[in-house]
Order: sequence, then C-alpha cells, then structure tokens
Amino acid sequence: MKTNEVLLEIKGLHKRYDEIIALDDINLNINKGEVVVILGPSGCGKSTLLRCLNGLEKVHGGDIRYRGKSLVNNDVNWQEIRQHIGMVFQNYELFPHMTVIENIILGPAKVQKRDKSEVMEQAKQLLERVGLFDRKDSYPRQLSGGQRQRIAIVRALCMNPEIMLFDEVTAALDPEMVREVLDVILGLAKQGMTMVIVTHEMSFARAVADKIVFLDKGRICEISEPNEFFTNPKTERAQQFLNIFQY
Amino acid sequence: MGLNWQFITDSLPLYREAAWTTLKLGFWGILISLIIGLVCSIILYFRVKVLKTIVKVYIELSRNTPLLIQLFFLYFGLTKVGISLSENTCAIIGLSFLGGSYMAEAFRSGLEAVSKSQIESGLSIGLSKTQLVRYVVLPQAFSVAVPSIGANCIFLLKETSIVGAIAVVDLMNVTKDLIGMYYQTFEALFMLVAVYFIMILPLSLLLTWLERKVRYAEFGN
Repeated sequence: MKTNEVLLEIKGLHKRYDEIIALDDINLNINKGEVVVILGPSGCGKSTLLRCLNGLEKVHGGDIRYRGKSLVNNDVNWQEIRQHIGMVFQNYELFPHMTVIENIILGPAKVQKRDKSEVMEQAKQLLERVGLFDRKDSYPRQLSGGQRQRIAIVRALCMNPEIMLFDEVTAALDPEMVREVLDVILGLAKQGMTMVIVTHEMSFARAVADKIVFLDKGRICEISEPNEFFTNPKTERAQQFLNIFQY
Repeated sequence: MGLNWQFITDSLPLYREAAWTTLKLGFWGILISLIIGLVCSIILYFRVKVLKTIVKVYIELSRNTPLLIQLFFLYFGLTKVGISLSENTCAIIGLSFLGGSYMAEAFRSGLEAVSKSQIESGLSIGLSKTQLVRYVVLPQAFSVAVPSIGANCIFLLKETSIVGAIAVVDLMNVTKDLIGMYYQTFEALFMLVAVYFIMILPLSLLLTWLERKVRYAEFGN
C-alpha cells in the first residue's frame, strides 16, 4: 500500500527538556500508506517524537512538514492539523463523563461541524468494525481496557484522519486484551492507513511495519525493513536491544 | 414545662416571612458566589495577567476578614463616601463577597484535578481552547468540586443568620425581637432552630444526590 507521496517530512528535528536532549537530529520521511514502527528502549524519545507530530510538545530545532506545510512555527493551526493527524494514547484517555458514542462524535460534531446523522452513521460502521456497537451507550468505566482502547481508536478514526499515531496503545493492557487492539490496527494497515506506531510488541511490529525506525538516546540508530531488522540488524545497539526479547 | 403553643402559632407568620427573606438572600448570595467563584477560578487556572493578581488579593481579603465586619463596612462604612445601599443589597453583596472566594477555591481544586493527559486527549481531536474548557475541563472539574461547592452552599445559607446585624428582618432578627417583646426565649429559639433545619435539610439531601449523580470523574477513562 506504500506510495511515493511524502506526507510527513521530519528534518533535523531537535527537542530537549531543559538540559536533557530528548530528540537529536531526527530525519525521517513518512509516505502515504506507509506503516512506520518506532522501536527503542524506554526513554529513548519514541513517544516524544510522536507527540511532536501532534503538536503536544514544543520543538527546539529542525522542521516537521505535513504535505509541505511546516508544523514548527508559532502560527500553525493545530486545530486544523490535528483533524488530519489523529492520535491514540497509552491510557486510552476517553472522556469519563461521556458515553462511548458521545466520545466519538464530539470531534466530528463540534470541531468539524459535520452533519449529526452522517457522523452517527460513520460511528455505527466503525463501532461495528471493532465489534462494540452494542456498547455505544456505555460509559468508559463500564468497559475493559481493550474495549476502551478500541473505542479510542474509533474516536480518532471518526475524524477521517490521513495519518494515525499510536503511542504504546497496548502497554496498559492485560495480555489477553492486547490481541483485540492489535487486530484493529492490523486491519487499518491492510486498508492502507498511514500510521506511525510506537510499541513494545515485537512480533506485531514485524507483522505490521513497512519500515522499522530504531531510536536510542534520542537519535535514530537505524531504519530498516522489518525482516532485515529482526534477523540481521545493522547496528550493535539494535542487536543488544533485540537480545532482551529473546529468552 | 409545656411549650407556649399560642405564642408559636401567633408568631408563625413572622417566621414565615423572615424565612422567605433569608431564603432570598441565601439564593442570591449563593448564585452570585458561584458566578464569582467560577470566573475567578478560570482566571487563576489560565493565569491571566493582572487579573490573576486582583483575584488573589480579593480571595485573601475575603477569606481573612469576618463576614460581620464586611457587612458593617458595606452598610455603615460606605456611607462616608456617599454610597448608601439598602440592607438587603448589603447582605447579598456581603454574602457574595465572602462566598465568591470559597467557591473560587472549590472550583480551583476541581480544575486542578483534571489531568494533563485528558487535556491532551481533547486537543488531539482538534478541540479549541474554549471547546476544551466547555466539553472536557469544566464537566470533570465540576464533578470533583461538587462536594465542596455543596458544603459552601450550606455554609452560606447558615451565614445568613448574621445579616440581622445590619437591620435585615431575617430569622435571627425576628427571633431577637420576639424574645425582647414577649420573653418567650425558649419558644422563639426553638422556632429559629426548626426553621433553619427545615430549610437546610432538603438542600443537604439535594446536594448529596447531586454528588452521587456526577461522580463519574473518579472512575476510569
């Protein structure tokens, strides 16, 4: 599904927290239809990189371009950009005071000002796809972690984004619920959704990725095809990292 | 010792009228307090320049001076600068001045309880700042703040018993008059306690119900 059309262009991206350098000279292109998986040890800057792409972190140098438009100057209209770049968080972050369906239609109705019946129809289809249509009037607290995360994905999808960002979306889940969430993401990949995924699920990364980006200490160590990365990583650091996952 | 029922029946209309006055003062006092509190807490939450300092000074001034003295200042003090307000207006301003800061603190605790990640979640679906406050921050903050807002409402309604000091014909004032005129101290005070209890108990129950109703914030997201 990967095309040659570049959607996101990250050039020399630099980000620090006070004295600590979080991201250092990150260069990465994300093409339309491409699934990019970012791997790396804890604290290597994976989530920070993802958050920069959604305007949740201030960038200190370099450039991020979405369809050629820079996202790092002060007059970026993030309300507009975020409709095209959706994000799903580790801890679901559904709104606890709203039902499932209210959570889903808030953005389309209030931000995109779309017709309510049309949004409801789309929400219905998406909910059916993740098998949760019968829970549309439940509150998040009445759902399991896996169900909440699938709802969070639907909430982001209902905005019709062009790119989806997944920030360790299975890290907070019980093992038996990981699968149901990953299956949804895999389904999206098959449909050609452009995605940037941060995860610790190695076999999932291998199955879903078009490109593996390995990050360490805020720098990109290597960018490889998944098969190559998992069988024959180019760098020693990546080899060390992969060894941790072998028993 | 028997109660003087004749006295109680005779004075009932006076108590009813005074109770009505107290309720009116309490209602306006609480309503305006809520508005002041909400506005102040939002100013503090967004750290609005200049206004933030004014709000802080107001809160300290309001919380660290007794209501009785605030009322005396409004009623007797302001005449010096040519402002003379009716006793009821003074009572409402006094209650709101005091209640506003308590409500502001209650709302602030609620606002601060809304997690940063919930705000990011709202931002990530493209909500504007105003939409974020309206649909995400305030409902969750309210849910956390309801118990303290409720306590403040009851506190303010009780505090109305002090406004008799500036000649408002409230329950306390009526009671004192009746004691002075008829020496039926026990009956008069008994009525006073009973009327306050009858007014505040339903409010208490209503607030408990509301607390349960909006408790969603303490559950998972």
